[in-house]
Amino acid sequence: MRAYKPKDDVQAKPYYTDRFYKSPQVPKSSPESDELFSADLDAIKEKFEVLDAYIQVGQLVVYINPQDNFKVLEMLKNERAYSQLSEMSAIDWIADRGGFEVFYQMLSMAKRKRIRIKTFIKKGQAINSVEKLFRSADWSEREMFDMFGIEANGHPFMKRILMPYDWQGHPLLKTYPLQGDEFAAWYEVDKIYGKEARDIIGPEIRDTARVDRYDSERFTLLGHEVPKGTKITGDEPKHKESYQEEGGVFMVKKFDRKSSVVIDDPQR
Amino acid sequence: MAQHKVNYTQNAGLPVALTSIDKIVNWGRSNSLWALTYGLACCGIEMMASGASRYDFDRFGTIFRASPRQSDVMIVAGTLTKKHAEFIKRLYDQMTEPRWVISMGSCANTGGMFNTYATVQGVDRIIPVDLYLPGCAPRPETLQYGVMLLQKKIRANHASRAQKAKRLM
Repeated sequence: MRAYKPKDDVQAKPYYTDRFYKSPQVPKSSPESDELFSADLDAIKEKFEVLDAYIQVGQLVVYINPQDNFKVLEMLKNERAYSQLSEMSAIDWIADRGGFEVFYQMLSMAKRKRIRIKTFIKKGQAINSVEKLFRSADWSEREMFDMFGIEANGHPFMKRILMPYDWQGHPLLKTYPLQGDEFAAWYEVDKIYGKEARDIIGPEIRDTARVDRYDSERFTLLGHEVPKGTKITGDEPKHKESYQEEGGVFMVKKFDRKSSVVIDDPQR
Repeated sequence: MAQHKVNYTQNAGLPVALTSIDKIVNWGRSNSLWALTYGLACCGIEMMASGASRYDFDRFGTIFRASPRQSDVMIVAGTLTKKHAEFIKRLYDQMTEPRWVISMGSCANTGGMFNTYATVQGVDRIIPVDLYLPGCAPRPETLQYGVMLLQKKIRANHASRAQKAKRLM
């Protein structure tokens, strides 16, 4: 039998102790533990200020100042054989630290190593574009602008990439509601029919558990079709699904269930 | 005609069918429902399967067209994003009347599982819909049954009268 636990204050306790799962930190090691990485880090340290550096999950992470980002990446590409920018984007830390962390994930095919350059920018601050170095940064920087509102200086076409050009707001910000703000909720209605149409079309139905009492009159179940407006009691007799009127259709041959052969052997 | 001495009266009578204008127009409309190719997401795959040889939409006279100007029915198969909403309205306006709309699958009906800022919560916020098909995604049989129900609906209307134009508002 299970041991009895007194449940006196069970109502007073919060239901969850942790709202979200907090993952344990992956252990970090010093950059000196890897020969290639320590050489790379020394090369960066010679010319630029390095705020922090460590190895995590076999990848070197280097924190630099935001104004150095283009030159650091240029040096890594031309002198340290990091030939690919596999990914770049930003992380929203506005609530904690008042800004964004921009990261550049780079890959060296020659050295078989991955390095991540990170830099912190304040909210509203722009960053240098690295599109001249890596063509892959073209769309990534546009996406970063679209999702976070971070502009990349020197980008040839700094426009939204996923959301429409006339969209307002940046959806990947942590403050942006998942189901959209006021602008997002009325976007298509405002754009197509104008703001006057809001009253006619009505707000979006976002409650997935909502049951409209008129649904049973407006819609019918397949196999239980009744004319529109019929009061549904729930014990309508199930009729055979029909796709043709009883009297037959002009010039269309009616399918006869009795004279047809049903093949139910899947291995036929 | 007389050269071959065919006895036209022997089997099914003369090769003449008597009917009303209503019936013959509705017969024409309901049996040549050309559909606009409108696959927006995974429902589009089921729609393509319905058109391919196993399910064979052609035998209902439903042929997919690439232009709204040649189409009678728009099968909205998939998730409609807010970015795309203006284009579905434009394509709908380009279709000639009479025109019908089938909303295929949960996403087109209500937005489905995409309860997010970027998805239109049902195409009936943009265009008037005649038939809602449940499912995620509906099987080709459902789509075919839906098209048959639409044919039934077309036959139930009076073709001779000027049809009331469908407008959302």
